[in-house]
Amino acid sequence: MEAFMNSPVMEMLTDPVLYIGLGYGLLLTLQIAGLSIALSFVFGTIIGSMRYTGLPVISHVATIYIEVIRNLPTLLLILVSYFVLGLPAMWAATIGLTIYTSAIIAEVIRGGLNSVPTGQWEAARSQGFSFLQSMRYIVLPPAVVKMIPPIVSQFVTVIKDSSFAMAIGAYELMFKGTILAAKYWRPAQIITIYLVISLVYFVINFAISTVARRLQTKMSVGRGGIGD
Amino acid sequence: MSEIIASIGFLQRGPFSIPRWEAVFSNMDVLWQGALVTLLVASLGLVMALALGTVIGVMSASQWKLPRALARAYVEFYQNTPLLIQVFMLFNAIPLVFPGLFIPVIVIGIFGVGMYHGAYIAEVVRAGIQSIGRGQLEAALSQGFTYVTAMRYIIIPQAMRIVLPPLTNQAVNLIKNTSVIAIIAGGDLMYAGDSFAGRYGHYGPTYVIVGLGYFLMCFPLAVLTRRLEERTRAA
Repeated sequence: MEAFMNSPVMEMLTDPVLYIGLGYGLLLTLQIAGLSIALSFVFGTIIGSMRYTGLPVISHVATIYIEVIRNLPTLLLILVSYFVLGLPAMWAATIGLTIYTSAIIAEVIRGGLNSVPTGQWEAARSQGFSFLQSMRYIVLPPAVVKMIPPIVSQFVTVIKDSSFAMAIGAYELMFKGTILAAKYWRPAQIITIYLVISLVYFVINFAISTVARRLQTKMSVGRGGIGD
Repeated sequence: MSEIIASIGFLQRGPFSIPRWEAVFSNMDVLWQGALVTLLVASLGLVMALALGTVIGVMSASQWKLPRALARAYVEFYQNTPLLIQVFMLFNAIPLVFPGLFIPVIVIGIFGVGMYHGAYIAEVVRAGIQSIGRGQLEAALSQGFTYVTAMRYIIIPQAMRIVLPPLTNQAVNLIKNTSVIAIIAGGDLMYAGDSFAGRYGHYGPTYVIVGLGYFLMCFPLAVLTRRLEERTRAA
């Protein structure tokens, strides 16, 4: 036991510098991910609605955006934001993630709206509902039920992909951990640091994905098949 | 004509100027080589992900507790931690377990995306198996099918229809995710583009061509995914 407590790994794990460093990294990770999620939600809703309208130019622009961006690596979008747009690292990561995630959320929004049969629209309009009223009371309730679980699980992807920001030198959790790991030379110490970082990501993401799963089962049960 | 071009500033200077495009086009062989590495990592990674995903998916659909628990632990760990950390851990863990063994970065990339997307494919396979009612297997067996022929003619054809669209979608994500090996100097398309662009500052045109490369690899699969989805919905 004593030998274990004095081992290089324990010596490193009891050093407060490790946790202070990782703490700052986590703050930046949460900042990048939180901002990206909020921005992507706004832009994703706009782009998804644009595609849903089916209007000539508007929906084509949205379709091209979604199809191009979905087929590019997130890392490339982050590098473009940094080197071509010339943004500071933190913002380059946020904007790169936002460009990508908006396309994904746009597809979720459109898929949700499309899942409501046009007959329901027509029925609502024929009963004297206005466009906004049909949207608010007939189309959106079942559509939102379909949208929420995939949007929540997209949060997990954004948090994981924010680690790509280390490629442009943003001091988020992954990069902070790598810098801290560089102070140690024993492979066991380096792996322990990566295990600690993995644990941090895991706790956050597991909590979110558990919520997403709960929402999925709760909503599909509570709605009695309307969303199917 | 050349006078007109010379009078337009952004064609001569700036991130997308003509000289930069020319420089990139005369060094295309570097990018081609990177694209080949990306294709190699993606195809071998996909084979590994399919193999792992099938085994773990069958485990998590099994009736026994232990394989189910092991499969859950694998899936939850790999789905909830960044691929980048997993690649870094492989990078550092291999020398710890096998001291002195040299592993090329490409192999680490193949294992990285293979294990990561194996977790996603496992979930797809599990959902596919669970979507076919137990009664179907029982009915087939009672009609004189053996387990293997029942699987071959009754269960797998139905499961495939459900499993194929999300599988092709995973293939798209896998190709895109091979780009993380650029961060550990993997020699793939992203790395080739990034190191070439960084040397002379030709970021604009290089990233456009790198993006086009990934798009050409992914878009056909994305179209296939949609076709398969439509077919599944129609059936």
